[in-house]
Amino acid sequence: MTKQEFLSALGKKLSGLPQDEIGERLSFYSEMIDDRMEEGRSEEEAVAQIGTVEELASQIIGEIPLSKLVKEKVKPKRKRKPWEIALLILGAPLWAPLLIAAAAVVFSLYIVLWALIVSLWAVFVSLIAAALGGLGCGVAQIAVGNRPQGLAMIGAGLFCAGSSVFLFFGCKAATAGIARLTKRFALWLKKRFVKKEEA
Amino acid sequence: MDIQLKRGLLDVSVLAAIKNEESYGYKIIKDMAPFVELSESTLYTILKRLEAADMLTVRTAEHAGRLRKYYRITDAGRRRIAEFEEDWNEIDRIYQFITREGTR
Repeated sequence: MTKQEFLSALGKKLSGLPQDEIGERLSFYSEMIDDRMEEGRSEEEAVAQIGTVEELASQIIGEIPLSKLVKEKVKPKRKRKPWEIALLILGAPLWAPLLIAAAAVVFSLYIVLWALIVSLWAVFVSLIAAALGGLGCGVAQIAVGNRPQGLAMIGAGLFCAGSSVFLFFGCKAATAGIARLTKRFALWLKKRFVKKEEA
Repeated sequence: MDIQLKRGLLDVSVLAAIKNEESYGYKIIKDMAPFVELSESTLYTILKRLEAADMLTVRTAEHAGRLRKYYRITDAGRRRIAEFEEDWNEIDRIYQFITREGTR
């Protein structure tokens, strides 16, 4: 791949970003490639050392906050004509609820994912509470002479304590998994904003 | 390593790379390479962040018929390095305590 091909491919992938930001990034990479070539590497090699276009684009988009991408998207490419503004205002009852609904869907997805985690941890906490309660009541039962019942309660308490240990590791893994998932989701969402511009 | 910690360390490393004289992107990466591996896009982000925090200034100059950006450290940048060194002395003492042996 030549430097020109590389830069124009990268530029295309980033086309949802603010213009000046794309320009600045491209000139940064261009300088990096030139400096490598100046050291005696071939153009091909120098480009390869920077990384693949796909990788770079994902990384760059991942670093930019979603709000910035949305703002760039909403910003008109040229000045809006008066009738367009009038239409926007008149259309507000239509597009505003749609926009709010879209944001609400995204928001509720996050809530659902995290509610799952919260409930898992809640089970964990209640298992511990049950373990403590079982042990405490069991001892109390034995103290008043209710031996079989007391032993059964202590047994149940120990069982809960044991399960809670297992659940703890499960909860930890699930939390990490969901955290990764939401991150991937955010990247995916951002890419939607950038991609549309390409078409 | 912890992401926040690494980010802070990389910021100071880049400042250290331009501490003695102004430098440019590829040279910074090369100078750091024996110690820290740094990708181009990470460096870009760090340089932007340091510029926004007034820890370095950027100038564009011609080199071999093309433009190159040069980065120069500011007083705030130097203070950041000094701060880091102080912090590190403290961390080092704590490390000594954590890893000390047989003093019971």
